[in-house]
Amino acid sequence: MINLIRSLGRWGLGTFERLGRGHLFLLHILAGIPGLFLRFSLVIQQVYSVGVLSLLIILISGLFVGMVLGLQGYNTLVDFGAEESLGVLVSLSLVRELGPVVSALLFAGRAGSALTAEIGLMKSTEQLSGMEMMAVDPIRRVIAPRFMAGLISMPLLAAIFSAVGIIGAFLVGHGLLGVDDGAFWSQMQAKTDFYDDIMNGVIKSVVFGFVVTWIALFEGHDAIPTSEGVGRATTRTVVHSAFAILGLDFVLTALMFGDE
Amino acid sequence: MPLIKIRDLHFYRGNRAIFEGVNIDIERGKVTAIMGPSGTGKTTLLKLIGGQLRPDKGTIEVDGQNVHKLSRSDLYELRKRMGMLFQSGALLTDLTVYDNVAFPLREHTNLPESMIRDLVLMKLQAVGLRNARNLQPAELSGGMARRVALARAVALEPMMIMYDEPFTGQDPISMGTLVNLIHRMNDAMGLTSIVVSHDVAETAEIADYIYLLSGGKIIEHGSPVQLRRSGSQWVQQFMQGLPDGPVPFHYAGPDFDEDLLKPEEYA
Repeated sequence: MINLIRSLGRWGLGTFERLGRGHLFLLHILAGIPGLFLRFSLVIQQVYSVGVLSLLIILISGLFVGMVLGLQGYNTLVDFGAEESLGVLVSLSLVRELGPVVSALLFAGRAGSALTAEIGLMKSTEQLSGMEMMAVDPIRRVIAPRFMAGLISMPLLAAIFSAVGIIGAFLVGHGLLGVDDGAFWSQMQAKTDFYDDIMNGVIKSVVFGFVVTWIALFEGHDAIPTSEGVGRATTRTVVHSAFAILGLDFVLTALMFGDE
Repeated sequence: MPLIKIRDLHFYRGNRAIFEGVNIDIERGKVTAIMGPSGTGKTTLLKLIGGQLRPDKGTIEVDGQNVHKLSRSDLYELRKRMGMLFQSGALLTDLTVYDNVAFPLREHTNLPESMIRDLVLMKLQAVGLRNARNLQPAELSGGMARRVALARAVALEPMMIMYDEPFTGQDPISMGTLVNLIHRMNDAMGLTSIVVSHDVAETAEIADYIYLLSGGKIIEHGSPVQLRRSGSQWVQQFMQGLPDGPVPFHYAGPDFDEDLLKPEEYA
């Protein structure tokens, strides 16, 4: 019994210590962001590796999610004779919910894990230490540009995901199931609000981008510098990111749409 | 006045003492070696001098400044005048050899690219790798990587350079090259060098002064000749690489005969 309490205490202390270190790390990154505007090329390089290289998985997944949504939505709506509203259903589900959430989950798997592995390996090969000894702050030089890149890329990827998803649903709804294309687009336009739907979706994706990139970079920087340590850190990035995305999605949804 | 003055240094990892009351003076313009068996905290000592770790007690002064009392920006200013060569080379793997050597110059100076090119080529010429400048770090051998790292470490013309195990795992030719380079760089650039190593022959060849570390303390110090003549059995064992002596060949524990008479242990 005493041992149980003791290990619980140790676990609790460890968790809070890590949480504290994570927040100090974030503060250090944020302090480095103003300096990035003088050397924006560092950020652009990272937008390529974090964002552009994630495009393929986002495009393909977006298309299929949209197509499935088209099929499922049609089958439900047709019972009520409301198949003309397929466009609204698809656009609202994607823009408010699936776009930000699914693309953030994919982003955590594709870009987040890569960031953790990259930073973890830089740590284990003493590249970060080496930079420090050259009087270059690795958090400003290496971590902050990647953080900024994640913050820029995530909302763009989520927007692309939603757009491709809507096209996928249109292909299935109009091409395969014969929903009227005029009704599909005009109802979507009429019922999708720029601020309530699109901007709220964008806010979600910015928050997810912030959290996923933060977790990925912190896990890499905090990894035990061995191959096993980096492997574990990469797994933790994906698992913690998924929890954070889904938990925050509920909180944000409640804040945005809870009072409707 | 020595360039580096270490006084009463204590450092612990958890409950394990790494240093207990270490005093070291590193003279300007000389090659000083810190030697000792693996796991005696030689690399830790370099990290303490570079301000990457904090001592639990005692002071480390570099060029008259107490490293651990400096503000972050002053510490970074001091580090610009300290070069360090990591055991792995610690080259940035996403940059070419050329860009690696140019890295500190680009980060800390506003020199035009043409001048950076001249400086980088000069440094690479000095380590014999000018024509390898377009290679990626992954394409270099271990010895070449260390030479590139050396060129990078001297790019900002530091006052001193710390070598972490520069000879480990090198073939005889690159070992000879590195020994020669460390010696030549020290004299030609007026550097102060600290070499952490357990390769006795190579280190004794270039060192002006040697400190022997073991069990968290300085066991002996002096010039290579003085150490070879030392009366201490431990020093003789280390300098000559004898398998048995004060540092026993067998891990401490019960006697072999005694162990053989206990067959029930794994039964």
